[in-house]
Amino acid sequence: MVTVERDRELHQRAWNAAASVVDPEIPVLTIADLGVLRDVVLDGDHVEVAITPTYSGCPAMNMIALEIEIALERAGFHRPKVRTVLSPAWTTDWMSEEGRQKLRACGIAPPQASNSRRALFGEQTVACPQCGSDKTELLSEFGSTSCKALWRCKACREPFDYFKCH
Amino acid sequence: MSCANIQVSETPLVLYALRRADDALILGHRLSEWCGHAPMLEEDMALSNIALDLIGQARELYTFAAKVEGRDNDEDKLAYLRDVRQYRNLLLVEQPNGDFAQTLVRQFFYSAFADLYWRAMMNSRDATLAAIAAKSEKESAYHLRHASEWIIRLGDGTEESHARTQGAIDHLWAFTGEMFAVDDGERALIHAGIAVDPASLRGRWLATLSDVTREATLAPPQNEWMQQGGRSGRHSEHLGHLLSELQSMQRTFPGLTW
Repeated sequence: MVTVERDRELHQRAWNAAASVVDPEIPVLTIADLGVLRDVVLDGDHVEVAITPTYSGCPAMNMIALEIEIALERAGFHRPKVRTVLSPAWTTDWMSEEGRQKLRACGIAPPQASNSRRALFGEQTVACPQCGSDKTELLSEFGSTSCKALWRCKACREPFDYFKCH
Repeated sequence: MSCANIQVSETPLVLYALRRADDALILGHRLSEWCGHAPMLEEDMALSNIALDLIGQARELYTFAAKVEGRDNDEDKLAYLRDVRQYRNLLLVEQPNGDFAQTLVRQFFYSAFADLYWRAMMNSRDATLAAIAAKSEKESAYHLRHASEWIIRLGDGTEESHARTQGAIDHLWAFTGEMFAVDDGERALIHAGIAVDPASLRGRWLATLSDVTREATLAPPQNEWMQQGGRSGRHSEHLGHLLSELQSMQRTFPGLTW
């Protein structure tokens, strides 16, 4: 029983350490909020963490993996391993409600529920994270990072990032 | 060139993965040439973002190819230490950027194909290929929408943009036949449920082309003659120039790491 307790405690500690790592491009979100953190496996004292990329070419992945290793080392786990899994493919549906609120609070419109992303000139509405107006327009399908698009609010005239539904 | 080319044992599955990886890497590299030069900031970011997606797809496919090959090669060696004749990409993706219309027509032809291709490859019996496809498919949907919107905007735009886009369609059309050709090795993989049969996608690809060109007031291409060669390593003169830039650091300082 003592070992089970200890394992559970260790696992929780490893999970918390990995889950505390933030996205280097959107530092208000942790990798747990994003759904990038998929699994933490404990084998004895050895930890292996599974993460999944948001986009194939996301340049933040190497940095995230390094940050996880550092966080786990600091939490007392030696030589942790980080593994990338591709399947199932990451989707914005995995983003936590807390994550969505954090995004909105820092001026990024959170992803909406899956819509018809194949539709040409798709008629989607995204509410402005600044003033809440839905009188907004798409400026560019591609924004400052792979996962964001650039929008503009026609009410408050502020441009804003929209975390694309994926 | 002070660094020797690697040798690759091109079994049908290795070759299959390399062809798709080379398509993505070369097109990604071409798009990255627009970085800092696109006609507007939003478009500069869009093309660089698409380039990133493509290079990400290439990395996964190269890693898969190296694993299947089971020798000493890895994603970096496959990208940096093969010469022109060892590259297996479509001739379409190595064509120079030209003007903005030519870049977007090339992108449109490829994205309309890739989007169908990845969706079909999600059913591959190979679990890794299916996973790579599921990831890439989400990205290609965006790429296709971006390119389609531009084709319509340019075709249905000014006299100048219309003429340039029509010119690009007529010029690049001859490089599209290669997308639907397969050799015996690939045919066997198709029968085994691992590879996608591109011929089965041609009808839907043509339908996408026809929908978008009609809305763009552009004429569908007439020419039926198709140029081939990329899949077997016979490339246009443009690829060598591209590779000399892409590979210059590894060729000059073998084994260099950042």
